[in-house]
Amino acid sequence: MIVKQPNQKAWFMVLPVFLVVAFSAVIPLMTVVNYSVQDTFGNNVFSWVGMDWFKDLIHSERFHAAFLKQLMFSGIILLIEVPLGIAIALAMPKKGWGVPVCLISMALPLLIPWNVVGTIWQIFGRVDIGLLGHTLASLGFHYNYTQDPVAAWITIIIMDVWHWTSLVVLLCYAGLCSIPDAYYQAAKIDGASSPAVFRYIQLPKMQRVLLIAILLRFMDSFMIYTEPFVITGGGPGNSTTFMSIDLVKMAVGQFDLGPAAAMSLVYFLVILLLCWVFYTVMSNVGEESANGGH
Amino acid sequence: MRFKWLIPAIYIFFLLLPIYWLVNMSLKTNEEILSVFTLWPRDLTFANYKVIFTDASWYSGYINSMIYVSINVVISVTLALPAAYAFSRYSFVGDKHLFFWLLTNRMAPPAVFALPFFQLYSSIGLFDTHIAVAIAHCLFNLPLAVWILEGFMSGIPKEIDETAFVDGYSWPRFFIKIFIPNIASGIGVTAFFCFMFSWVELLLARTLTAVNAKPISAIMTRTVSASGLDWGVLAAAGVLTILPGALVIYFVRNHIAKGFALGRV
Repeated sequence: MIVKQPNQKAWFMVLPVFLVVAFSAVIPLMTVVNYSVQDTFGNNVFSWVGMDWFKDLIHSERFHAAFLKQLMFSGIILLIEVPLGIAIALAMPKKGWGVPVCLISMALPLLIPWNVVGTIWQIFGRVDIGLLGHTLASLGFHYNYTQDPVAAWITIIIMDVWHWTSLVVLLCYAGLCSIPDAYYQAAKIDGASSPAVFRYIQLPKMQRVLLIAILLRFMDSFMIYTEPFVITGGGPGNSTTFMSIDLVKMAVGQFDLGPAAAMSLVYFLVILLLCWVFYTVMSNVGEESANGGH
Repeated sequence: MRFKWLIPAIYIFFLLLPIYWLVNMSLKTNEEILSVFTLWPRDLTFANYKVIFTDASWYSGYINSMIYVSINVVISVTLALPAAYAFSRYSFVGDKHLFFWLLTNRMAPPAVFALPFFQLYSSIGLFDTHIAVAIAHCLFNLPLAVWILEGFMSGIPKEIDETAFVDGYSWPRFFIKIFIPNIASGIGVTAFFCFMFSWVELLLARTLTAVNAKPISAIMTRTVSASGLDWGVLAAAGVLTILPGALVIYFVRNHIAKGFALGRV
């Protein structure tokens, strides 16, 4: 740990970052706050409505539905991606030609523009021209993600697993690589079984990166917009209308600025709360390991 | 565990299959795509790629994306370097709050900011310019860059700074001559992640551009709705958006694991 010197001039080094981020964050946020307490009928005529939009939002079934769908989606994603990611990271080679092959091919989906990810799966799942859709159809499954809500959900979930499991894998792999060989040798001498090695050596060493992986995946899946928008556009019906999609529909599609702004703020506060939990938990874990946990 | 290698092998197969399908489709003619179901192109054609490389409305999209991504990476890394140094070496009034506030912006859903961004950049006359997208992407890339760089800088012992100052180095000279070479791989990882998040983002880039700075990903969405059926060209455009990322991964593959190990993504 570095002992930090008190030095107020350090603010000058931080100032450029502060100004650029503040320009991009504070001014738009104030605009949103401004809209959330007013009503407009166009022509830049605004009238004060106070907390009305927020009251409407809390009681709005549309918001409840989008929020529940969002939570369910994030939950399913985490339940699949985290165990799968750990399993793959454990099985990955530690040295040799397999390492770069694994790293490069696994990182590939992370670098594809999100709407192209959507396009890839839109094509892949189509019954007429897609490998997945065509294969399922010829096996006799009724699979059509544009009409069947269940198929749409499954497609989006598989797509997200395809897109983001690699992040969990790479983080866990990096955590595993930081375990010195001596630990494994000691375990071998003690005659520890492989579940015991996992439980008492690998899992504790992965704890920190795993926490980051879980929280990053939770937040990013909570903000998901582009991929489901490309694949299903929120449909069929409203079955895959997640929070971001609903928000953009309301703000840009219907131009309901007031309700959309109120929803933005509530949405942002939820994320902020999560971010605070993330930050607190992470700095606590960091302090524990700095104080010589193991 | 003799068959342990099967797990990553199957996973990689699962990852590459949809990408293979896209490449496969980009090499077919539209007639073949729609009429017969073939696992590989029977009638191999590069016509779809030719469309993209000869039509300015297509290839300008790639150039636009590259321009704003590069501007963003340069801004993010240059501004984040001194800030990360300040966070890793000094304590000052409000440092913890400032760091947390920066991180909250990494977590802000772009959907929340899309409309206000449009109004803000229109009102200052930057709408439909590369610099507007680059600055907008700084919202999540700058905090990320500060976060990653701070992790790398905290790993450099403070004695290096002190020795340099005793030797009579001024701060800027020390920073450029001694400190930056020490964290070179950290800068590489930071640039990689800034490239990645700016390259894959669509919502803000699409909202802030109309014609002159329109990114390739937005051009793709437009073409789907307009012509609807030109699957071959769409697939070829998709394949071409994967390539820059693949190249970047290849060059930084040894640094990635290191960056992930610090847990600062």
